[in-house]
Amino acid sequence: MSEFHFEKGKMVPVPSHSIIPERDLGKPPVLECNHLGIDFGGLRAVDDFNFTIGKTEIAGLIGPNGAGKTTVFNLLTKVYAPTRGTILLNGMDTSGKTTAQINKMGIARTFQNIRLFSNLSVEDNVKIGLHNAYKYSALEGVLRLPSYWKKEKAAHERAIELLSIFKMEYMADWQAGNLPYGAQRRLEIVRALATNPCLLLLDEPAAGMNPAETAELMENIVKIRDMFQIAVLLIEHDMKLVMGICEGICVLNFGQVIAKGTAEDIRQNPTVIEAYLGKRGADPC
Amino acid sequence: MVFLSFINNLINGVSLGSVYAIIALGYTMVYGIAKMLNFAHGDIIMVGAYVCFFMVSSFGLNPVFGILSAILVCTVLGILIEQLAYKPLRQANSLAVLITAIGVSYFLQNAAQLMWTSNPRIFPAIFGNGGLQLAGGQLMVPYKTLVTIGVCVIIMVGLILFTGKTRTGKAMRACSEDKEAAQLMGINVNRTISITFAIGSALAAVAGVLLCASYPKLIPTTGSMPGIKAFTAAVFGGIGSIPGAFLGGILLGVIEIFSSAYLSTELANAIVFLVLIVVLLVKPTGLLGKRTSEKV
Repeated sequence: MSEFHFEKGKMVPVPSHSIIPERDLGKPPVLECNHLGIDFGGLRAVDDFNFTIGKTEIAGLIGPNGAGKTTVFNLLTKVYAPTRGTILLNGMDTSGKTTAQINKMGIARTFQNIRLFSNLSVEDNVKIGLHNAYKYSALEGVLRLPSYWKKEKAAHERAIELLSIFKMEYMADWQAGNLPYGAQRRLEIVRALATNPCLLLLDEPAAGMNPAETAELMENIVKIRDMFQIAVLLIEHDMKLVMGICEGICVLNFGQVIAKGTAEDIRQNPTVIEAYLGKRGADPC
Repeated sequence: MVFLSFINNLINGVSLGSVYAIIALGYTMVYGIAKMLNFAHGDIIMVGAYVCFFMVSSFGLNPVFGILSAILVCTVLGILIEQLAYKPLRQANSLAVLITAIGVSYFLQNAAQLMWTSNPRIFPAIFGNGGLQLAGGQLMVPYKTLVTIGVCVIIMVGLILFTGKTRTGKAMRACSEDKEAAQLMGINVNRTISITFAIGSALAAVAGVLLCASYPKLIPTTGSMPGIKAFTAAVFGGIGSIPGAFLGGILLGVIEIFSSAYLSTELANAIVFLVLIVVLLVKPTGLLGKRTSEKV
């Protein structure tokens, strides 16, 4: 397998102390978090989180275990209501919105531990993602009116089209819970894409994958970004993946942003190295 | 003659079972989607029967209007109960919700007693007293029995189509599997749960009318025993499963009628519940229930 090569965009600073790809300048950033924070009782799980993601950027959120990465995802999708700060999605304030509304506004996500509708077929999983795209009334559905068939056919075609991105169309009738692990991860991404997002959140997409599968995943993430012209924010522990495709990276530790920048910036940042490996010179030898 | 009485009992059993099945379908849908046992379900049946009774007997309306108004009142009542009593407890533990449901059940019974007294009312014969003559007039199948069985089959097929083939139905199945993931797919979970309650309560209204068409004594506790038996039927068939509720309901009705016809009228209920215990010992998830394995 040839080494996957990916040309990252040139990163330029924006007023919110973040960087976005140069190609996305002039368009409102897909996501802008300002002083975002949440407390769980006395614990500041996330504090003063500022991050901006460009319209077509692939961004990464990294940090040691328990740093608050998934909490950020839960804040972005309004599973948790933030204690402080604002989230702007394409320049629009998301405060007071429910999770379902956030999805309609354009954020879709996958889960760290796969959460497919495992008793439903692969195609139905994708069709649930298409829930808001192809609407028909219950009456049309139960009575099988011609308009139902038309919309159902369109939804079916769209579902197969989305599945074919990962060459999974032949699995359409399989029960989602019976798919192999890698296919379940891919189906989660397809299901999220079906909701027509402008920002795709991937929570540890490479977890449990071997190096070959991870390489394929990297290609696929880039492919999805290019096909749909959307932004991707991913949480990942696989540094090869993060350094390989993430253009802007944000490092969290104990709920605080300790570094932001390109892969090169992060790799050389002493605070990041300390957070991951411990303080230099502290060992007694 | 023995054969004819067997057939007669079987038809009566299927008819009673159809009523149980319709109630059980409501139980099982609400359980499947909201993951709660709505013990007030049986009392919604009673409200539905009263509404139909007053429309037909007091206001002299056509039974069709009686049934439609029962469905309307119960649907609204079901949504109201869900919004006022259960929705605030969405994040509470399941025991709190269960106790609330029992509270709602007693509330409905006592409110009915206050409003309509506990004097029994005799439900009008809305489907007439005639019947289909079979076997040269030796066997008569009342029209109400035919209507009951027919309505039950239509409802079950309709529900299977609805949950399997419609957008809302698919949203319901998604909510039943994982509410949070469903929300992140843009599905309004609260609305989906409300729709489920509306459908369940509308079914309860239909069941109330059908029940009282066959067993016309109507009192404020009319719904409680059929409610518990239908719950039993839902568990028996595999709670959460629509065909399971149907099968469980029919079997329970047949077992009940056969027990009272051939064994003992007094022990009929005891035998019904004994069968439940045996089934659950042998197959804890019910007849059509899926075995769920917890991932560790």
